[in-house]
Amino acid sequence: MKKMKKRIIRALLSGVLACSILCAAGCGQKSEGKESLTVFSYGEYMDPDVLEQFTEESGIEVKYEEALTPEEMYAKYKSGAIEYDLLCSTDYMLQKFINEGEFQKIDIDALENSKNIGDRYWELAKAFDPENEYTVPFFWGTLGILYDTSRVKEPVDSWEVLFNGEYAGEVIMQNSMRDTYMAALKYLGYSLNTNDENEIRKAQELLVKQKPDVQAYLVDEARDEVVAGNAVMAIVYSGEAYLGRQYNENLEYVVPKEGSNVWLDAWGVTKYCDNMEAARKFLDFLCREDMAKKNFEYIYYSTPNEAVINSLSDEERADETLVPPVDATENCEVCLQAEPEINDLMNELWKELKAD
Amino acid sequence: MKKTKTMNRRTLLASPYIVWVIGFTVIPLGVIFKYALTGQEGGFSLENIGAIFDPIHFKAMLFSLEIALGCTLLCILLSYPLVMALKALNMGRQSFVMFIWILPMWMNFILRLLAWQMILSNNGILNFLLTKLGLEALPLANTGAAVMIGVVYDYLPYMVLPIFNAVAEIDEDIIEAAKDLGANGFTVFRRIIFPLSIPGLLSGIVMVFVPSMTSFVISDILGGGKLQLIGNVIEQEFTKSSNWNLGSGLSVSLMIFVLLSMAFTTKNDVEGKGSAIW
Amino acid sequence: MVEKLKIFLSRFYIAFIILFLYAPILVLVMLSFNNSRSRVTWGGFTLDWYRKLFSNGQIMEALATTLVLAFASALFATVIGVLGALGIHAMRRKNYQMMMVFTNIPLLNADIVTGIALMLWFVHFIPLGFGSVLLAHMTFNIPYVILSVMPRIRQMNLSVYEAARDLGANAVYAFFKVMLPQLASGIISGFFMAFTMSMDDFVITYFTKGPGVNTLSTMIYGEIRKGIKPEMYALSTIIFVVALLVLLAGNYRPGKKQKNQELLEKEMRR
Repeated sequence: MKKMKKRIIRALLSGVLACSILCAAGCGQKSEGKESLTVFSYGEYMDPDVLEQFTEESGIEVKYEEALTPEEMYAKYKSGAIEYDLLCSTDYMLQKFINEGEFQKIDIDALENSKNIGDRYWELAKAFDPENEYTVPFFWGTLGILYDTSRVKEPVDSWEVLFNGEYAGEVIMQNSMRDTYMAALKYLGYSLNTNDENEIRKAQELLVKQKPDVQAYLVDEARDEVVAGNAVMAIVYSGEAYLGRQYNENLEYVVPKEGSNVWLDAWGVTKYCDNMEAARKFLDFLCREDMAKKNFEYIYYSTPNEAVINSLSDEERADETLVPPVDATENCEVCLQAEPEINDLMNELWKELKAD
Repeated sequence: MKKTKTMNRRTLLASPYIVWVIGFTVIPLGVIFKYALTGQEGGFSLENIGAIFDPIHFKAMLFSLEIALGCTLLCILLSYPLVMALKALNMGRQSFVMFIWILPMWMNFILRLLAWQMILSNNGILNFLLTKLGLEALPLANTGAAVMIGVVYDYLPYMVLPIFNAVAEIDEDIIEAAKDLGANGFTVFRRIIFPLSIPGLLSGIVMVFVPSMTSFVISDILGGGKLQLIGNVIEQEFTKSSNWNLGSGLSVSLMIFVLLSMAFTTKNDVEGKGSAIW
Repeated sequence: MVEKLKIFLSRFYIAFIILFLYAPILVLVMLSFNNSRSRVTWGGFTLDWYRKLFSNGQIMEALATTLVLAFASALFATVIGVLGALGIHAMRRKNYQMMMVFTNIPLLNADIVTGIALMLWFVHFIPLGFGSVLLAHMTFNIPYVILSVMPRIRQMNLSVYEAARDLGANAVYAFFKVMLPQLASGIISGFFMAFTMSMDDFVITYFTKGPGVNTLSTMIYGEIRKGIKPEMYALSTIIFVVALLVLLAGNYRPGKKQKNQELLEKEMRR
């Protein structure tokens, strides 16, 4: 009798467990039969309407995944937990993906709307994708200093202003290793893609010395801090500068004369994608003028889509934060993957800087 | 005799949980250990576990310890007067009173931290109020003090609740008796309330110390990226440097450290571990 | 006189702590009425975000996912956790201690470690999606249930249960009629705690979720860089107000207790 009960209890309990697991796994099952693409990109980097309209027009479902930084994207992609079909990342990270054989070649010419992307941007993309066969440009811009003219009287034109201690406690640096080293390296007159250990160490010295004067290391939130007057200046992406100026007209953006980083975000198709046709449709859709415009108006980062640029008003086109002119990017470099040892060194030094 | 039998049978009720613990706690823990004990070139290695003694990591660890200890102490110092105040107002054991401390958690954690950032920033709400009152503005933004406010804010309820529950369970008659015998308020607290609240205090310490030791989001948002807790280092190894082995190694060291310090705290209260959480 | 001063100080101190805990919430509520996309500029009062909120399909979907997830994970965790606590309590001292150590492990690990470990483990047998997040949430919820039920079990009067059995009640009947009522408060707070933890979790969800599955937390995370959408503040305000109302309603009892409650509400209003 007792044994019987034991068994019943046991059966009941395993039943509960099995049910919960089955239910859980069942809910996780993919909806089969429908064409779908799993897309990985930055948070809020695309107008949700664009995705909806794509699904409407093509019948292909899009699962959109978001990350905050290229490094995070790489870590999540490499874990292999999710097989992404397409991903949008940034120059040096794209180079890493390409070099590691994670991307498939795309027949760019077959993309009807790819002609909307200006030659200037295909040229830029060659820095990490020399034959323009793996990636399609999406957004781009420069990195520069956003400052509050009501508190900085003299015009800013050099990285020096971040390092000379005049605005101690009022400076915001980028909380991204490459971007912060970029500023120091450029100020010292080196290439931001240097593979010289000495140059990196000199940059480190400068940054360590600067740290007490830094109010915070932030990413795009830096813009809000300058808008609110919590800080006087910050290193930001050009698109953020445009948005910042919408809220505070005293703000000014400058790409320092020593040169800076010109960045380019682009799409690639991963090796996991087994529906190239759908991926191509998606990329083509993004290059279409109306969709590119929608995306542009969603985040106001500079678009490489010339059709969109041509449709802007003269005033907008003259805004250097929206459409950086050719001469502003002349002594700017695209950020590339560093040698492994240099990368490890930078990681180590960055950690040291932050822990100091 | 009969009792032990039902007791034995009752242990069977734990079987789903045991399966669960094995499936979702022990095995994932094994995965972490595997990474932690693998060197960067593969093969067995202890370097990732030992990496905690690297000066950078050790510094972050000490800072974490500082924050966690400070936070625990502050929470204790804030909780006792609160519990006594509630007692003085005769708000005994009402669930409503308990839920007041949990309710803020229903607003998203990240949003609440961003709100703190707005309160504490240089041109923020706090400084606005201070200057209005003719006081000097406090440069709290992106400092250790801001991080401390953040952790105390976040973990205070975990300290208040168990102490509150332990105190609420004290028999009023004992306190009355002590008073009749001439004990003043402070003596009552020292000789009766405090000793009887110790089980609650211990679980409060565990619930506050452990998460404040491993947190990284708070220091990220309120520390302005200038302050590195060990949690930040671990997070960066996973998401920025893609060095999962080092990240796992550091977490294993951290886990061992926390377990040891918890063993120290709860040495005399193994049976009471986790008692009176609510 | 001294008594009055004591009461005054007590109220003052409680008000201070409540202000401390609710200040950021006040800020978020204010932001939900701010007629500006930027959180740092005040653009006047508006109700627009509340209107836009309900037409934002993405946010509504994330809200539904969050609530279903929180409810399901808290419910399953409560079932497994209560049974587990009853079983563990009956174990011999050594096993008991061992089980309690394992129960504490998810609380001891940094979230990110738990999240990544679960992700690496899950990929072996289920596709990442809603289900994997549910399993992960249950994993970190169960300890909270056990920790809040265990003290009640320890206080429980087992002889009543034994008596019921002696009088012929079968185990299941005796469990529901005798044991459960004694544990009710622990179970309810365990469930509530689990629900809250699930709603608030970000890190573990982020790593164990599949593509296209979004909870409010992961959605907010994606918005950090470009600025939180004001609709989120509006939604948070609604969730908070609803929770507060439910709580007030649940605790409305006429009579003696009400007075205290009024006192407390007064403190809150300050």
